[in-house]
Amino acid sequence: MSTLVNVKNLSVSYFTYAGEVQSVRGISFDIEKGKTTALVGESGCGKSVTSKSLLGLIEKPGVIKEGSQIFYEGKNILEFKDKEWFAFRGKECSMIFQDALVSLNPTMMVGKQIMENLQNHNDAHLSQSEIQKRAQEMLDLVGIPDSHACMNKYPHELSGGMRQRVMIATALITNPKLLIADEPTTALDVTIQAQILELMKQLQKKLGMAIIMITHDLGVVADIADEIVVMYAGKIVERGSNEEIFYNPRHPYTWALMNSVPRLDLDNKQELVTIEGSIPDMINPPKSCAFCSRCPYAMNICAEYEPETVDLGNGHQVACWLTDPRADITGVPFHTGGGKHE
Amino acid sequence: MNNRPVELEVTNLCKYYNAGRKRVLKAVDDISFVIHKGETLGIVGESGCGKTTCGKTCIGMLQPTSGQVKYQGKDVHHLTKKERFDFSGKVQMIFQDPYASLDPHQKVYDIVAEGIRIHKLAQTKEEEERMVLELLDMVGLNSEHAMRNVHEFSGGQRQRIGIARALAVNPEFLFCDEPISALDVSIQAQIINLLMKLQKEKDLTMLFIAHDLSMVKHISDRIAVMYLGNMVELSPSSDLYRKPLHPYTEALLSAVPIADPKASRERKKIMLTGDVPSPVNPPAGCRFSGRCSRCTDICLNKRPELKEIEPGHFVACHLYNNL
Repeated sequence: MSTLVNVKNLSVSYFTYAGEVQSVRGISFDIEKGKTTALVGESGCGKSVTSKSLLGLIEKPGVIKEGSQIFYEGKNILEFKDKEWFAFRGKECSMIFQDALVSLNPTMMVGKQIMENLQNHNDAHLSQSEIQKRAQEMLDLVGIPDSHACMNKYPHELSGGMRQRVMIATALITNPKLLIADEPTTALDVTIQAQILELMKQLQKKLGMAIIMITHDLGVVADIADEIVVMYAGKIVERGSNEEIFYNPRHPYTWALMNSVPRLDLDNKQELVTIEGSIPDMINPPKSCAFCSRCPYAMNICAEYEPETVDLGNGHQVACWLTDPRADITGVPFHTGGGKHE
Repeated sequence: MNNRPVELEVTNLCKYYNAGRKRVLKAVDDISFVIHKGETLGIVGESGCGKTTCGKTCIGMLQPTSGQVKYQGKDVHHLTKKERFDFSGKVQMIFQDPYASLDPHQKVYDIVAEGIRIHKLAQTKEEEERMVLELLDMVGLNSEHAMRNVHEFSGGQRQRIGIARALAVNPEFLFCDEPISALDVSIQAQIINLLMKLQKEKDLTMLFIAHDLSMVKHISDRIAVMYLGNMVELSPSSDLYRKPLHPYTEALLSAVPIADPKASRERKKIMLTGDVPSPVNPPAGCRFSGRCSRCTDICLNKRPELKEIEPGHFVACHLYNNL
């Protein structure tokens, strides 16, 4: 497996009147070619800001801090000039959003919007009619019945699921290597959500693009992700393969997230695990572990020093003091990898 | 549960809207069910299936086109002024959007105290204060929050304020319209735990509407599945997942993502094709016929009735005609 994107020490801050909001605080991760990476976390944890950085869409008052690096196939994209960004966005890397009705142009026919992306990146010098043909093929590919008629429709004439399909067609017509999907199914009904997720999986197999999936729905993550990155307060607290994270979570935050949703396939009415308190103020984030104030297993050291990221093998990394051999793990309901073993 | 008295009885409820050009939108079409005292009935369905309209009509917020809703034996839509006033003290609602449903100009104290004042539940100012603080404590807020404005609170805290407001008048019946869908996962669990705890303590009867099936299953005793204004299945919540009878319920359940990679990969998924048809011009016969893989001739022409197939398990589908 080769790496497509390599994010190194990315920090993003927003300078507001209240102070510097540190949205993302020094995160590093890789995205493999053709794989799906899910970014998971509560609202305000920095998952959307991370994905926007990948497309160079951080606008004032937001600033990508010095020392941050994002390598895309070996090139540091944060050093791109406007012209290079223009060639990159939509061609190498596309994005789809939560609300398709807002993201599509309401006064432009669907076909034209899909064609526009390819016209902007027309490296193969296709003629207008060829582009139109490609656009219609894309509509067929994303499963829109009667694609010919759909080309001449406006977004409001389509249903939510169909609009989401149109957005996917627009994003993928240039054959990008990376697709960023920011909560693509949150606004949809479950049956439509299942259709769209299935479609994304099929298209990935066919076109081989890598997907970054931003979502808070753990069910969706379990279904589609190869790799999971769990973010909390602008930092990565844990990352690993789908199965590692679901069956072997090592961070108390990850564990609580996994157990806070009831399972449809299990018959239990026990109390759900909750995470008391709320996320820390990102203007003045704690120097220690950010989860410490909400963590039921916090030790003295958690409030003093930030835990280092520990590699547990198999690409499973976690940043938690509980992995330390000296940690007090009495009462911790999951295997921490640390503590005294008797 | 079934031996307890009936709290809410809905018979042949219909709610139609005029959609212009002589067309009629049948939001709720001929629905009947009962809710027993102390029970939680969950209603699930996709957007536009009429679950909110049904709930709102049940608690008298909307006038029905036809049909009847009886709460403790009295017709909800034909109450005298005095009865209407008593009714509002017994039946309360929790709304979906905690940002839109609380007055941003009011202090938390006043929001919670309003119901107590209207229903004259406190004799003195001190008693009122004690009651408000007790309520805030019950939902997990503390006394220093009382004098703050709503805009200072996060979504989860606002939802708690909404719950405290609903509980202020000591209601017997709670209508929760998607109370958790605007919240983060960890906060959702808090609200659900809180509602289940309060229900046990106060013996509340609840009508719980949500599109998150796993949450509905977790909180409800019985679940009703709605599709295009019709009730297609009604069953005890554990039975519904184990043995869904209606093809729509089956597809709906199989579409819910499960937070377990292995289980998610191994289970059989039923993909529904197409979208929900427009309620202005629904298919004749069974409403689900256009998307159903087991559709037969009779489904296209005749509307199935809700029938009891197993004790407590009702379904409206022609597949079960011969049982």
